Order: sequence, then structure tokens, then C-alpha cells
Amino acid sequence: MGIDDLTKSTGEWLRGDGPMSDVVVSSRIRLARNLAEHPFLGTADAVERTEIYRCLSQAITSTAAVEDDILVDLETTDAIDRIVLVERHLISRQHAAGEGSRGVAISPSETRAVMINEEDHLRLQGLRSGLQLEALWTEINEIDDALSKNIAFAFDRQLGYLTACPTNVGTGIRVSVMLHLPALRLTKEIERVARAAKDLRLAVRGTYGEGTEAVGDLYQVSNQTTLGKSEDAIINTFSETIIPNIVGYERTARETLAKHHESQLDDRVWRAYGVLCNARRISSGETQSLLSPIRMGIQMGRFKPFDLATLHELFLYTQPAHLQKLHGQTLDEDQRAVVRADYIRKRLA
Amino acid sequence: MVCQHCNQSKATVHITDTHPEKREQHLCDECAEKAGVIIKQSHHTTNEILQQFIKHKSGLAGGDLVCPKCGLTFKEFQLKGQLGCPYDYVAFAALLTPLIQRAHDGGTHHVGKVPPTADATIKKHTGLLRLRRELQEAVEQENFERAARVRDQIRTMEN
Repeated sequence: MGIDDLTKSTGEWLRGDGPMSDVVVSSRIRLARNLAEHPFLGTADAVERTEIYRCLSQAITSTAAVEDDILVDLETTDAIDRIVLVERHLISRQHAAGEGSRGVAISPSETRAVMINEEDHLRLQGLRSGLQLEALWTEINEIDDALSKNIAFAFDRQLGYLTACPTNVGTGIRVSVMLHLPALRLTKEIERVARAAKDLRLAVRGTYGEGTEAVGDLYQVSNQTTLGKSEDAIINTFSETIIPNIVGYERTARETLAKHHESQLDDRVWRAYGVLCNARRISSGETQSLLSPIRMGIQMGRFKPFDLATLHELFLYTQPAHLQKLHGQTLDEDQRAVVRADYIRKRLA
Repeated sequence: MVCQHCNQSKATVHITDTHPEKREQHLCDECAEKAGVIIKQSHHTTNEILQQFIKHKSGLAGGDLVCPKCGLTFKEFQLKGQLGCPYDYVAFAALLTPLIQRAHDGGTHHVGKVPPTADATIKKHTGLLRLRRELQEAVEQENFERAARVRDQIRTMEN
């Protein structure tokens, strides 16, 4: 199984099910770990980097819980395939654009991706559709335990797991929940939610993490502090307080729109459908902006022409690298706009 | 009022130092940012914000400290925002501690997971820290039932 096989389906995080999936698109947990006996990657030379890669890939292939994962050597993987992995949320943009020995081990169901030699030696991450942080933590924690039997991770009695950047020290955990918040944006309440989240020391970011814009009303909420709180405490705050609160605000905003601005709401949903069915050229950004009100329409039972599975298919396959894989050749931005519009029209015909 | 530093733009940041002696400064946004007094957050990643903060603190002594294990200087860390090896946390402890505390909302001690292969002492130490923090929280929230439960757990673990 390789990257070409992955692109045949939309992957686990776009299943569209799981608790609170009307607002919560996906949940993600990642752990940052480093080998105790090696320098961090900023000072490691090429030989050390290769040795770290060898050591960790060997540990993965010899650990029962992850031995069936597909190990992708990113140093020898071509650029489009690397971006396919970014679009599927399996690796970060930085990892795709990086240099030297590095890779990722992906579970067949794409619920897990272990990055080797990203900012830290190992970044163990799990991904699920909807709000499923506890189940995710159980899985990731077990794999971390299993790997710990074969590898000595850098750990300090006072500071916990030691990471390349002190912002991740301690648990090394980053809990991220991707939320679809179109109604909060329409009612202009999103800024208030973002400010409240920042007061709680949470980061609110765009779809592809740090430094990216919120395209298609998708926002990622994640913890920023990793020291002084246990993993369970961080996860509980997310599943019991933070996320249910934001989901509640979004649901209320959707109800308000349906009650007081019904025609404007439906107009937005159906106008988006009209453009998608008829456009002759369309960018990836515009596609995602148009899919956003339709997703809300489907979730509110106001839009029936296609379902969530089709929407997620459109969401993923219209992104630049997936579109080129689907088309079987490299396309520049101008060509992509035409091919994308053709693909959408045919898919919705 | 014009910025005292560049004498061109409008002063928007006004600072009163009280130590070692009372002194007022009036700076424009740009000069205040350059001086590390304010950190503009827009479009900056967490690492960049941390780096700016680290640079601002570089006025403190210790920039020449070198890690005996990986050879990274504290100055290089200030520039890159990335440490060179796990031992840097010990080599630069005096300078890193306030940064870590600030980045983690006052957190200074790990209370989470301990590697399953770690010795029993580490596990106990970390577990006790977590319970003491929980006890403090329970008392602050006046949840005395929970506080009593946590206190008993601490006693059991200490014995």
C-alpha cells in the first residue's frame, strides 16, 4: 500500500461522523518525543539525522502495535505526494518542505501518523472524525508506551518530556479540534469566541495549523501550555468544557439564522450550490468557501441534493495535489482552475 | 507627542519605569516593537513570538553560555528558538526557567505521564506533584469533599 492507494478514499478524519459532528470536523492529539542520547534536529548533522531516522523507523517496524503502518521515506518522495499527505492532515507543511532524512509512518486507516525528524525526533499523532479525544488518547498513549519499551525518550524528573522548543516541554501534548463555525462567522461572533479562547491560553488557527488562514470557516482550537497539567486534565477541559461550549454557541447561532434570517441563509446555501454546478474556472479557496454554507445546509437538514460524504470528497479532491493525482498529471494554477471546475460539475451532474 | 526614539512617528506606547529610578518613555509602535516592549501578534507563529520574547530578555546576562554537550550557545537559541540537545535544559536552566514558566502559564513542574520504563521514584515524585496541585485547586474551588479525597491519596502515596 502506498500514497496512490491512500488517495482512493477520503480518509478517517473526513468520515463526517462521531460525537458533535455537526460542528466538530475532527479531533487530533499529538505527542512530541525525542531520543535521550541524540542532539535535537537543529544541531544534528546529516549523519546523526540519518541515524535517528534509522533508529526510529526500526523501532516502529518492530513494535507490534504499529508494525503494519506504511513507512514513507519523505526524502525520496516527490513533491506532489508530499503535499497529498499535507492535504490529508497526515504531515505538517514544514515536514513536507523539510530537508534530509525524514519520514512518516501512516496506519492503513489513516487514524495515526508518526512523523520522524520533523521539529522533534518523533511526533506521534492520532486523528478521528468528530469529538473523540478520549478514545484517541487511549490509542496514542498505548502506542507511546509500546515504543517506550524499545526507545529511551529524553525525560526529566521536573520538566517531563524534553522537546526542541521549550513551548512543547512537559507532556509534549497538543490537542487540536477542528471546528466548522460558519454561523458564528456570519453573525460576527467568531472574534468574541476567538478572544475568549485566547484568554484560556488556547490557540485558534486556520485549517492547516500555525500561521494559516481559516478557509471554509474551519478553525482549529488547540492547547498552548504543555507543562504543569496532566494529559487527562488537558483533554478533559477540551471534551467537557471548551468544545461543548463553542459547539453550543455555533448551534445557537445556526438556530438564530434559521429563525430570523431564513431566506438569507437558504440563499447563501443554494447560491453556493449554483456556482459549484456552473463554474468553468474555480480556485481551491473559493471551492472551500462555497462548500462551507453547503455543509451547514446539510447538517441543518436544509440541503438534500448531495450528502456529507460527497461534500468531503469534493473538499479533498479539489485541493491542488489531490486534483493533480486524480488528473494524472502536473497542472499549473491556471490549468487547475479549469480542471477543478470540470471535476466538480461532473461529480454533481 | 512624537516618539523619543525616532523623533518621527506619533508616540503610542508610554512606559513608566520605577526601578532603578523613575523614568518615562514615549515610543511609536515600531520603536516599541524593536525595543521588545510590545510584541505584535498578527501573523506571528508561537515560535516567532517566543523568539521575540527571548530576544527581549537577552539584555539579561548569560547570552554567552555554552552547552558543554552540543556546543549551542544561549545566543544561538535566542536566534533560532530551538534548543540543541536535551542537556540544554540543564545548561541554560537559570535563563530558561522564567521563559518556560511564562510560556506555560506559570507551570514549572511536569505532572503528566511518566515513561513506563522510568524508575518508581520519578513516578512517585510526579504523581505527588499532580495531587498537590489538585488539592490546591479543590481548596480554591471550596470543593472540600474532593480536597479530602486528594489529601488521603497524597498520604497513601507518601507512605
